[in-house]
Amino acid sequence: MAVNIDEQGLTNEQGEQLTPLQAGLDRPPQLRAARVRQQSIIKTVVLVATLLFLFIPLASMLLFTVRHPLSGRWSLAAWQAIFTGNGESLGADLTVLWQGLGTSLALCVVTVVIMLLLMVPTMVIVHIRSKRLERAIEWVATLPLTIPAIVLVVGLGPIYRWLSADVLSTNPIWLCFAYVILVMPFSFRALAVGLNSIDVKTLCEASRSLGASWPRVFFRVIIPNLWQAILSASFISIAVVLGEYTVASLLGRMNLQVALFQLGQSNSQISTAMSLLALLFGVILLVALDLISDRIRNRKDK
Amino acid sequence: MTLADTKAAVAAAADTTGTASANGTVTAAASAVLKESEVRGGGIQMRNVDKIYPGSSKKALNDFNLDVKPGEMVVLLGGSGCGKSTALRSLAGLEDIQSGRILVGGQDVTGVPVNKRNMAMVFQAYSLFPHMTALQNVEFGLEVHGVGKEERRRVAMGKLELVGLADQAGKYTQQMSGGQQQRVALARALAVDPRVLLLDEPLSALDAKVRVQLRDEIRRIQLDTGTTTIFVTHDQEEALAVADRIGVMNGGRIEQIDAPQTLYQRPATEYVATFIGLTNRLPGSSDGREGVVFGRRLPVLPNSAKGSDVTVLVRPENLTLAAAGDAADGSAVGEHARVEVIHFLGALVRVDTVISSGKWQRWNNGEQLKVTVQLPANELPAGLAVGSDVIIAPRPVAALAV
Repeated sequence: MAVNIDEQGLTNEQGEQLTPLQAGLDRPPQLRAARVRQQSIIKTVVLVATLLFLFIPLASMLLFTVRHPLSGRWSLAAWQAIFTGNGESLGADLTVLWQGLGTSLALCVVTVVIMLLLMVPTMVIVHIRSKRLERAIEWVATLPLTIPAIVLVVGLGPIYRWLSADVLSTNPIWLCFAYVILVMPFSFRALAVGLNSIDVKTLCEASRSLGASWPRVFFRVIIPNLWQAILSASFISIAVVLGEYTVASLLGRMNLQVALFQLGQSNSQISTAMSLLALLFGVILLVALDLISDRIRNRKDK
Repeated sequence: MTLADTKAAVAAAADTTGTASANGTVTAAASAVLKESEVRGGGIQMRNVDKIYPGSSKKALNDFNLDVKPGEMVVLLGGSGCGKSTALRSLAGLEDIQSGRILVGGQDVTGVPVNKRNMAMVFQAYSLFPHMTALQNVEFGLEVHGVGKEERRRVAMGKLELVGLADQAGKYTQQMSGGQQQRVALARALAVDPRVLLLDEPLSALDAKVRVQLRDEIRRIQLDTGTTTIFVTHDQEEALAVADRIGVMNGGRIEQIDAPQTLYQRPATEYVATFIGLTNRLPGSSDGREGVVFGRRLPVLPNSAKGSDVTVLVRPENLTLAAAGDAADGSAVGEHARVEVIHFLGALVRVDTVISSGKWQRWNNGEQLKVTVQLPANELPAGLAVGSDVIIAPRPVAALAV
């Protein structure tokens, strides 16, 4: 920008008045350059500190899995044990780990299915019909975040005692009911964002007036427009379920985290390696979510 | 005066910028020759419809009645909250009504769900399905009705051609402008060959230029297809430009429904007279058949008030304006007024004046009586300027006394 100084003060090429700040003349150039430098140094320091904070524990975990803490011996035995499925060389029984992993993966699937069946229709109907009820549901859905898991378990305990003794069984898969409640705050948010990004009411009315029945409106119009929200609600739910320890442990059920903890008692290296893998899986899920939503967006904007 | 002339005059007088007149002329004439065989869709009868929204004590529709002939385009016009959209949505089945009956093509559809009414609607908000292309959007209604794939594509492409967007068939909503989206929405609505086409302020979200363009196109397509159409708007210029008949709504019912020119020239109520176009409120008297304003006699409309102290609603073009000097011989009857502002509108001139002498110098609460006169530019008295003394009198054209 060219700045002119004339009898009217500071002006640009079009003759518009400029404040000294717009003209960049509030301080001498040397000082400004120093300030910019200073700012970029602060930025870099903050970034590096944050990254260190994030990655030092992860790097330490990785280091721990390949270097025995007492003998200082380097070995890939822990990783080998996981990928070959045989931990005998390290004196660990991995059956419990596979069992926990299997349960957690199954729980992911069942939880996501129940969550979607419960949340999507409810939220769509409430979104169309009643703004007041929608706020009530938002409040209820956020509750699990504010109630500590331990308190939740105190309430869930008697229910699960009755559930496993009289109705279903002690199979850990029934943890899915508790998990649906646990993932509710996250899935609610994800779905609410999706619903708010489209004009559900008008889309429904448009398709209804064109002759579509409610099921068709739901499956042909609403769901396709909520794909991204449904995916992100599902992925976040999976991440939560894979990382869940408190409820499963306190209710005495075996899942991945409980298994990792148990294994940690006998062989902490394998347990740590497995934790890293679970974490990696979570990261991959989130990256995949990002890529998929990018692709959906690109397809429509090209 | 021919129909077209009247319509053009109405559009100009209604303080439009002149855009309405040219096309309004064409469409009004064309609708008159619409043959019975070209008419598609059914007539509509709405009888004593009441609607109260939950949580509200006011009736959104209050003993609402409407008759629409097959193939007709009726515009419901009114300010916000007058019930025009509610009437349309009740007809579509999107709102439940408390009482009354709705008939389409002679069939009672009062309790019929939206998707069984065979109507199609274009909304104010963009309502295209974002996950579908323009073509898929238009095909949607046909798919719902079980039309085969080939046939679906053929009809949908035909409708896209009708709205001039055949080359945009593969585009998604986000890649289209607002005007294009509303065109596709129109094509989508027409594709199902509805008994009634419902347009709920379809142009409100568009910018002025596109609005005028699309409005004329909607009228062309409506005449082309002969579909019975209800068009809701708050924009009187829009209403005057497209309607066979306009229903002016107030307080949940139609105050008057008539052809645009009738509505303008023979308003039934004060609300209608003031809502459509400009009008002067002048003091006078009336015996129900004839009235006197500024010492001049003029006929009054049938449902006018009677009395020695009434307000007569006189259009600006139904007033004469003469320079006071010309009337020195006393032949001219009228009131003296002072010119305040002169607006040149091309072929027309609008002159704002205030009454400057006589008993009307101070009116009502001692306010100045302001009078607006509109006349052809060539009838403007020579030398007229701001501050000039003029004499104003009504022409002998029927006016409403209230």
